Amino acid sequence: MASIDYKNKLLAAFDESVDSKKSVRQVYAPYADWLASKDFSQLAQKSRDAELLFRRVGITFAVYGEEEGAERLIPFDVIPRILAASEWGKLSDGACQRVRALNMFLNDIYHGQDIIKAGIMPESILTNEMYRPEMQGVDVPGGVYAHIAGIDIVRTEADTFYVLEDNLRTPSGVSYMLEDRRMMMRLFPELFRQYSISPVEHYPQLLLENLRAVAPRGTTSDPTVVLMTPGAYNSAYFEHAFLAQQMGIELVEGRDMFVKGNAVFMRTTEGPKRIDVIYRRIDDDFIDPLAFRQDSMLGVPGLISVYRNGGVALANAIGTGVADDKATYTYVPDMIKFYLGEEPILSNVPTYKLSKEDDRKYVLDNLAELVVKEVQGSGGYGMLVGPTSSKAQIEEFRLRILANPDNYIAQPTLALSTCPTLVEQGVAPRHVDLRPYVLTGKTTSVVPGALCRVAMNEGSLVVNSSQGGGTKDTWVLQC
Amino acid sequence: MGAAMLSRTADHLYWMARYIERAENMARMLDVTYRMSLVQNAAQSEAALWVPLLHISDTVEDFHKAYNEVTAHNVIYYIAMDSRNLSSIYNCLRAARENAHAVRVAMSSEMWENINSLWLEFQQMDKKLILDSGLSEFCDWVKSRSHLFRGVTYGTMLRDDGFRFTRLGGFIERADDMARLLDVKYHLLLPSASDVGGAVDYYEWSALLRSASAYEAYLKVYRDAVMPLRVAELLVLRHDMPRSLHACMDELTTILDQLTGDAGRECKRLAGEMHSSLHYGRIEDIFRGGLHEFLEAFLRQNNRLGVEIQRTYLNAPIINEPEKSNVGELQSQG
Repeated sequence: MASIDYKNKLLAAFDESVDSKKSVRQVYAPYADWLASKDFSQLAQKSRDAELLFRRVGITFAVYGEEEGAERLIPFDVIPRILAASEWGKLSDGACQRVRALNMFLNDIYHGQDIIKAGIMPESILTNEMYRPEMQGVDVPGGVYAHIAGIDIVRTEADTFYVLEDNLRTPSGVSYMLEDRRMMMRLFPELFRQYSISPVEHYPQLLLENLRAVAPRGTTSDPTVVLMTPGAYNSAYFEHAFLAQQMGIELVEGRDMFVKGNAVFMRTTEGPKRIDVIYRRIDDDFIDPLAFRQDSMLGVPGLISVYRNGGVALANAIGTGVADDKATYTYVPDMIKFYLGEEPILSNVPTYKLSKEDDRKYVLDNLAELVVKEVQGSGGYGMLVGPTSSKAQIEEFRLRILANPDNYIAQPTLALSTCPTLVEQGVAPRHVDLRPYVLTGKTTSVVPGALCRVAMNEGSLVVNSSQGGGTKDTWVLQC
Repeated sequence: MGAAMLSRTADHLYWMARYIERAENMARMLDVTYRMSLVQNAAQSEAALWVPLLHISDTVEDFHKAYNEVTAHNVIYYIAMDSRNLSSIYNCLRAARENAHAVRVAMSSEMWENINSLWLEFQQMDKKLILDSGLSEFCDWVKSRSHLFRGVTYGTMLRDDGFRFTRLGGFIERADDMARLLDVKYHLLLPSASDVGGAVDYYEWSALLRSASAYEAYLKVYRDAVMPLRVAELLVLRHDMPRSLHACMDELTTILDQLTGDAGRECKRLAGEMHSSLHYGRIEDIFRGGLHEFLEAFLRQNNRLGVEIQRTYLNAPIINEPEKSNVGELQSQG
């Protein structure tokens, strides 16, 4: 019989399913009853079924540095993360509030720069590597920069949620939110009858609506939207193909497009066809060899010039990186107050900047307790998790920090909440985070669901897929 | 989306279908040769039996670069599994799946899952077992997976230009493979044209028919002993024989007419010309001029048609290969 009794496990962190006395929380009660009627071997079988199905559908990602064409599955956990309607309400309001402020910040930083004039942010933001001078004074349709934003949220207590990071460039993973749900409905239909779970399946339609809403004025009433991918060898190619298919739009590569006059066209079997909106899943640097990296073979020469002249819309806009940089992150609560006149609903994790002398001293003295990250690092690379690192690792990292302190920030090690997870020995607590996808077109909204990433290794706090993290379906209950 | 589609997408669909069809035809020829080898008469050497397979796939030279000797084992491995042979079943299936992967958006999800699971199954097969004792089973598997993929395509794909380019690829390839098969077999079985209608090696001719799934059809149509002239007629001129050259050209002309846009005039002209020679041709006339000459001319024209389709519809100038590193990494953090 399976259950969430965790045997003799010590609960080091807030657990989503049981309280400190190890009695099952209300949202998990029906699930726990259901689980009690199952054998562990039945669950393990479902887990293998899921893997087979995922492989057949080709829900895989490519791993850098591995043999060409190597395709791996992201581990999928069959036990869902369940959130009460009230918990979700706070999370979704907080995430939308953040994205509204971040879009206003981007519009401001590329126009009047009031936030600098008001003395809230230092002028040094303009020398940040991710700031794109090419975007200064450019009006983008609707003033929207981050059309798609992935907000990484962790929980440490019943009512304490922190935003770890805002992903505003080309956030990925939403296909797992959708495919995990489809898989859960296929594997455990009976649970969907017991629980009243908010649907997420309309995400692609909502995304398409938002993309159509930012078509440049003066183009047709039926704008042509495409999804631009770096190609079939990109790690997130499955997601690009999946979203294009779900929206019924063309999946294009740079070589399929060309610029003529003040417009972008794609090559079709019937000749050139004009494009109005490009949902691009390719970094700024690679999008146009005439504007950014000249050695990029993936981009479209001249695209940025058309974009700046309003001939085509890009989602996300060029230059959003300046707002999701880890050095900018610390100012987001101030942005919310400055632009919206509201109190932040979600908190930031307290962050030490190693460029500041006081902070640096504190961090270097307490490396064993802190998490240190590169300012522009991503994918869980280039970071130190003090409590789980050896003395030698810490000392090695100390040298890297000292060589370039401005490149690092540090945060207290958060005890990320745990969620029951199927592992080889049974059901055990594993640390999780949550990434809702916030969409902005005419308005800002979010579908009631998220990508839940889970660190599959016992005690690990690193949930990234490139570091052995897995995913779970997230259930937002309707009442 | 309107009727127009990305040239690159059309290109991938076209080649996906070509490679699946080629894999199927390689499997047909391999299987039939293998079965013949089981009833082989002592007079024929092992090499004489297997070399034609290399001629059909135009790989004689490359084969000899890779192997010293023409043995059953070497040829079977070369045709079925060898990654050095661009037309091996292994490479055809891999290329078909890669083309599908590049445009999975352009097909139904059933089609994609079908071709993806085909590839996964193939990778998990015990290659040694196939070579030792399971060759016929393997060939049957390739054929039935090709049938299955064709079926799922017909059953689920939107009838747009994507569907048409997929079918176009299949029939161009089938016409090419069938013409090659006939040409080589005919050459081999009939050293001089004067032998037409002469003595027949029943096994060899029926094997040729079986490789085109045409044996039962032959008996049904002619109700008579297997005769070379009629075998050729069935596989070249009969429009109701689904793998005949005439049937392929029927399909190709129809599909080309259905494509949207006005770009394809030259494609249509070429296909029409080929079609009329099959539609109005008589097998006696073809034999008078030489079947080999006829098939060679057909292969040349078919190749020209392929080039013209490529030029008219499929070639978005390819500037580069997709770059692998550092682009669009899952933006995320720890």
